[in-house]
Amino acid sequence: MSVREAVDRDAASARLDRELADGLGWIHELGTGETLRIVDLSGNQAVDTLFFDAHDYANRYSAVDTIREQGSAYLTLGSRLLALDCEPLVTIVGDTCGRHDTLGGACSQESNVVRYGEHTRHMHACRNTFLTQALAWGRGLDKRDLSANINFFMNVPLTPDGGLEFADGISAPGKYVELRADRDALVLISNCPQLNNPCNGYDPTPVRLLVWPA
Amino acid sequence: MTSLAERLILEAILPGGASWSRVCRRGTALTLTDVEGGANVSALFFRASDPLERYCMPDTLKAQHVSRLTAGVALYSDMGRVLASVTQDTCGWHDTITGHATASAVADRWGAVSYHERRNDWRRSAREAFVVELAKHGLGRRDVVANANFFSKVAVGDDGELSFVEGHSASGAHVTVRFELDTLVVLSSVPHPLDPAPEWSPRAVRLVVARVPDVESDDPVRVACEENERGFAATEADLR
Repeated sequence: MSVREAVDRDAASARLDRELADGLGWIHELGTGETLRIVDLSGNQAVDTLFFDAHDYANRYSAVDTIREQGSAYLTLGSRLLALDCEPLVTIVGDTCGRHDTLGGACSQESNVVRYGEHTRHMHACRNTFLTQALAWGRGLDKRDLSANINFFMNVPLTPDGGLEFADGISAPGKYVELRADRDALVLISNCPQLNNPCNGYDPTPVRLLVWPA
Repeated sequence: MTSLAERLILEAILPGGASWSRVCRRGTALTLTDVEGGANVSALFFRASDPLERYCMPDTLKAQHVSRLTAGVALYSDMGRVLASVTQDTCGWHDTITGHATASAVADRWGAVSYHERRNDWRRSAREAFVVELAKHGLGRRDVVANANFFSKVAVGDDGELSFVEGHSASGAHVTVRFELDTLVVLSSVPHPLDPAPEWSPRAVRLVVARVPDVESDDPVRVACEENERGFAATEADLR
């Protein structure tokens, strides 16, 4: 696990600096060379994230191509997040948490019913947030474009015997991840509203988003 | 139930490096047999009546707390329903987290060749095969999602390191996928992109589609976990 110590980027020089409350979404274009920092303000929040080539949305983040090509199931400092064309969309250039999941997916009303029972059907869920943001963005982005995402700050270890666990978080207040755009990229975030998962201590919290110019 | 001959719907050989697609109905099962050993079959699944509903690797893994497919595992759609179930398996592990071969992967690993040089031994990638087969059903690049890789095992180490297991599937190995909804199945028999074999040697697979008995209340996949009981209930509720 690679963890890089905090780099002193000056928030005052960021072109964007905002908080994203738990349960809300955000969609935004990053220019080539720009850096996005996501700060886990209160610790163990799951930040469900998708990336797209800004000029070709069908060429989107591919979790399986990314982990195969890097030879590791987890994302960390140095991970190049590949599009379906197997070229990087963004690279993790800063990471004070150390490990991020990309196999656990985003919560949905339908998967909540399977996982937790009928009583969770009408709880808020990431895939509704993704859809809300995608449809508001327009330009043809819709459900077909939502595939396996990244869960920043979430710890989902795989076991050698073929299992998968949702383990206690390894993040903490103030931990962050930084992503440098390797091409013009569209980023879509759902700041997860899940109330049924121990990953976030059953307590979704806000994150801070900063973008620095190239 | 009756003999296989009476239940048989289709029997075919899928040559190595080829592709295939078909709608497999609820109440039937597809058995894939690795004819020579060392096969890989990359597979995508879509609900035939609404292909916007499709196999969802993350939902499949997290509902059942697994990171691979084998007998007893349900293949979930992204809408909380069970598209298909793995009912029999002699391999014990089928990958679903490392994708499939792209054109550049085939060219880098084994070298690009042209149709003009090789005629029907032209090397096509699983990605190209998927996009073409999907297009036959009105789908396309946007519908390329995380796939299953039957007969391939990619082991996961303590720190998440991935390693392809050579010799995982022997001649005669077989796996049976039973369909719980009418499902568009798209297959490619191109080698797994992590297969270290120095020579391009895609392997043939036998395909058998046959009718199977109704799923009972004590079906092993249904009762494998509470999540699957709910997944099967949601699937059956949608058919009423």
